[in-house]
Amino acid sequence: MEVDVLKRIPVREQEPKVRAANFDEVCLGYNKEEAMAEATRCIKCKNPQCVKGCPVNIDIPGFIKEVENGNFDEAYHVINKYSALPAVCGRVCPQESQCEAKCIRGIKGDAVSIGKLERFVADTAKENGIKPMPAETNNGKKVAIIGSGPAGLTCAGDLAKLGYDVTIFEALHKAGGVLSYGIPEFRLPKKSVVDAEIENVKSLGVKIETNTVVGKAVTIDELLNEEGFDAVFIGSGAGLPRFMGIPGENANGVFSANEYLTRSNLMKAFDEKYDTPIIAGKKVVVVGGGNVAMDAARTALRLGADVHIVYRRSEAELPARVEEVHHAKEEGIIFNLLTNPVEIYEDEEGNVKGIKCIRMELGEPDESGRRSPVEIPGSEFDIEADTVIMSLGTSPNPLISSTTEGLKVNKRKCIVAEESDGSTSKTAVYAGGDAVTGAATVILAMGAGKAAAKGIDEFLSR
Amino acid sequence: MFKILEKKYLANNIWLMDIEAPRVAKSCKPGQFVIVKMDEEGERIPLTICDYDSKKGTVTIVFQTVGASTQEMAKYEVGESFMDFVGPLGCASELIETPVEELKKENILFVCGGVGTAPVYPQVKWMRAHGIDVDVIIGARTKDIIILEDEMRKVAANLYIATDDGSYGFKGNGCDQINELVKNQGKKYTRVVAIGPMIMMKFVSLLTKELNIPTIVSMNPIMVDGTGMCGACRLQVGDEIKFACVDGPEFDGHLVDFDQAMRRQRMYKTEEGRALLRLKEGSTHHGGCGNCN
Repeated sequence: MEVDVLKRIPVREQEPKVRAANFDEVCLGYNKEEAMAEATRCIKCKNPQCVKGCPVNIDIPGFIKEVENGNFDEAYHVINKYSALPAVCGRVCPQESQCEAKCIRGIKGDAVSIGKLERFVADTAKENGIKPMPAETNNGKKVAIIGSGPAGLTCAGDLAKLGYDVTIFEALHKAGGVLSYGIPEFRLPKKSVVDAEIENVKSLGVKIETNTVVGKAVTIDELLNEEGFDAVFIGSGAGLPRFMGIPGENANGVFSANEYLTRSNLMKAFDEKYDTPIIAGKKVVVVGGGNVAMDAARTALRLGADVHIVYRRSEAELPARVEEVHHAKEEGIIFNLLTNPVEIYEDEEGNVKGIKCIRMELGEPDESGRRSPVEIPGSEFDIEADTVIMSLGTSPNPLISSTTEGLKVNKRKCIVAEESDGSTSKTAVYAGGDAVTGAATVILAMGAGKAAAKGIDEFLSR
Repeated sequence: MFKILEKKYLANNIWLMDIEAPRVAKSCKPGQFVIVKMDEEGERIPLTICDYDSKKGTVTIVFQTVGASTQEMAKYEVGESFMDFVGPLGCASELIETPVEELKKENILFVCGGVGTAPVYPQVKWMRAHGIDVDVIIGARTKDIIILEDEMRKVAANLYIATDDGSYGFKGNGCDQINELVKNQGKKYTRVVAIGPMIMMKFVSLLTKELNIPTIVSMNPIMVDGTGMCGACRLQVGDEIKFACVDGPEFDGHLVDFDQAMRRQRMYKTEEGRALLRLKEGSTHHGGCGNCN
């Protein structure tokens, strides 16, 4: 295969028109030849900047070298030293602002396609039946993990590899957290990727108890004092949806993105065999500009709707990954930028019939550094809609913090934890991921899970 | 898996089941609810806890077969298991969180409608166990569909049965019975707890507002996860938006916007109707009209 060192090997994708009507994965990934060719583009820097850009510090040149040489199993073991979920990260990490942003190749030309190579390695390992290596001995110490999302799975995997007896408690009926209920099938296949990664974590000896709401069925104090756990890691995420507080928001046909995506992803409402209903909508407005908004919009599109995204800032400020925005546009989603909803209209039966919006312009930068949007007086206009999906971000569920004595939270209800080791205001209790930071990314949660595993190991080895 | 240890037909398509769920049984309190998912493809169905035995590790649920999923549920037999059973969810009843000494000074009336009799039962039982006398009204369309009468009689100070057609007890609905007790018999209640269909809770709340009796209702809107994650169960309560699953299920009946709640409850009626037809008529459901595939 011929390689232009300045250009990355393109990755095959489903055609936009075809994929807009199915839930199969959009990106098809590299094959062996493509991966080996792309791997040759890595300079294998002595002082690799990409590793510094990775929240879990994967030895990126190390695994790419193995790919280049065709040692795919070896490549997997290199990655697995750092990450328990490579098939997930290769798909949903924002590489363009992390490892790939730091790649020296990117100064002149395209950065090495690190994410797609990671995905190739993980998928190949799965095909070849390669599993992570479990610990040789059990050290007899018990750790409870609350939540089976990216933070919890990573923390659990790392601790199990160190010989701990780890149990994950999951509130829903299925493990995976946001990987299962939030991110859609077409971006992150459930059976072949998410479930397989969870099986890998289980193969390290980790137990997962689903249907257990910590804070209701059992408290953290009970886990520590009655059930014999030596330490607890809280990775319960940021699950509470926000609404705007505008008139008409309780009309039939207004959903939180969480509800819409949970119905489709976790409950598989898009599949006729499953009992949970979903109102597909014919004209759908999604409010928000993050990755979750793109996921909700692209789900609605696949269910047969015309979809508008309404976002109050401009394209440059869209918090979603560039790749997601690009895919959404290719599939035919209409972006109404610098636009904000002010009211949802309902018909006499209480169903959504439209949404009143106002145009915005960008003013002075706010505390986040982004220019804050300001309404343009008199610029109101209507968009016809039968469904409105609010994707305005989420905040942590107060269930655990309110039932755990001595656990400090900040004013946003986020658990206060040290970034370096995940320790909280309560002895033997650690926390990380969205429960601490508020809604962020899969990989940052994994980084926090990893730091906490190290923190817990140090604490229990004292 | 969560095993069914007992199954009983109560009346009017209402079934009772004891489910083996030790963690739930150990930690639940009256007023809370569980979510049941029968199998891989099933919906998450919220059901109020009717009773529990923490020693045996069992939780009692009562449900009425109204849609396709509950009809499927009624087909499960003793010895079979539900795939998922999660709880306790929601907050415990406001009453049982109130100090017993204060409750003893109160005069409480429970009003139950239909399958709503089931979640009232553990609250009244709890009251009896704590030496608090309470009155209970069970309202029903007709005699044959009354459930848990004997159980309730054992734990209530006074049990009043009201039937719309007068086939048993007082002739009239729950509201008529309240009027009879308060206006004609001069009973003085400090608090009313009403649990049943939304329409019944609405009218009881309207009446008790007029009578100036604080009223608690237990809301049962559409839910998905039941842990505060989706917001499907949101309700307008006074000036605030509340999630029934984490802020409730009990609310001040005088503040709930029942009309909106009832509208929201009908959101999936087309989908539910289709599912029911599919279940009833199977593949014969499609008559080849050409409008759907």
